[in-house]
Amino acid sequence: MWRSCLRLRDGGRRLLNLPPAGLTASVPRAPARAYAPPTERKRFYQNVSITQGEGGFEINLDHRKLKTPQAKLFTVPSEALAIAVATEWDSQQDTIKFYTMHLTTLCNTSLDNPTQRNKDQLIRAAVKFLDTDTICYRVEEPETLVELQKNEWDPIIEWAEERYGIEIGSSTSIMGPSIPAKTREVLISHLASYNAWALQGIEFVVTQLKSMLLTLGLVDRHLMVEQAVLLSRLEEEYQIQKWGNVEWAHDYELQELRARTAAGALFVHLCSESTTVKHKLLQD
Amino acid sequence: MAALGSPARTLRGLLRELRYLNAATGRPYRDTAAYRYLVKAFRAHRVTSEKLCRAQHELHFQAATYLCLLRSIREHVALHQEFHGKGERSVEESAGLGSKPVVSHVASRIAVRYAMDCVT
Repeated sequence: MWRSCLRLRDGGRRLLNLPPAGLTASVPRAPARAYAPPTERKRFYQNVSITQGEGGFEINLDHRKLKTPQAKLFTVPSEALAIAVATEWDSQQDTIKFYTMHLTTLCNTSLDNPTQRNKDQLIRAAVKFLDTDTICYRVEEPETLVELQKNEWDPIIEWAEERYGIEIGSSTSIMGPSIPAKTREVLISHLASYNAWALQGIEFVVTQLKSMLLTLGLVDRHLMVEQAVLLSRLEEEYQIQKWGNVEWAHDYELQELRARTAAGALFVHLCSESTTVKHKLLQD
Repeated sequence: MAALGSPARTLRGLLRELRYLNAATGRPYRDTAAYRYLVKAFRAHRVTSEKLCRAQHELHFQAATYLCLLRSIREHVALHQEFHGKGERSVEESAGLGSKPVVSHVASRIAVRYAMDCVT
């Protein structure tokens, strides 16, 4: 009964896929498309090159200049970073896989700043991780894991305490270690010495590794990326050794974490360095 | 714990990664800006009168970090292609599933690998 109440204005033509009554030519129907993920773009450029502009180095895809998602011109301060980003774009085959282009993503975030965060907010976000730092959070059992955590994580805490003159303990309670205010101040003032771009990188690495101390070790070149990632995933590695490795989950996450951490660390270093070459003259 | 190793080893690894990246495009990897920059940087920092050069260590660390980045991206993409890249089946394939034993791509690969791991 309710069907008769529905009166369609165009007489149900659209439902039946009939062409509009006014057209005489036949409208070709679009072929049924197979499912394609919406985020895949084909590689539309042949060559990637770098040019130096006023604000820094720019990337050219064929003859077009690369732009950020908010349509700003993509400029980076460092030549090495520009070359690395160009290599990322050049290494895309057939489709552009944005999820592998970590350096490009970091540069875009720094240029656009979509969440409108200033230096203080970035520093505060990074230091907040100290309260729940991975390497300060210890388990109480099983014994072998406690031992492993003590052997691997304690040296990092000692190094950080010595390097910055601060106090951090480790704790097994659910509340985490209590960080004295002086420690926080020292770290905040240390982080303030980095520029905004480097801070984006630091905050990114902290979020990936879930540890402020490991990030500090990485940025200070005390730890290598593989080491930092291993220490961050210590419990997972312990369980993998005990129960076996699941390639499509464990290795997948490991490689992704390594890629992101390496990108973040490289980004920080390239944004906070300056190179000068001094030539020594030979004395006759 | 893994140490930094020798700069020559890192450079070799980086060149290998660049070769992999450029293999598909067909362009020789020696033409790329990355190759030229790396070779120039390694050469420039080799000549120094200081024994313990901090700049050399910094460069080597950056190079090792970049090597880790390239390597892990390559492995990640390979794992993605092998295990996660199949996408959805088309309507025809799903309709034809009833006639064959229903074992998905991922599940069959996992079963094979698990069996292999148990044996070794």
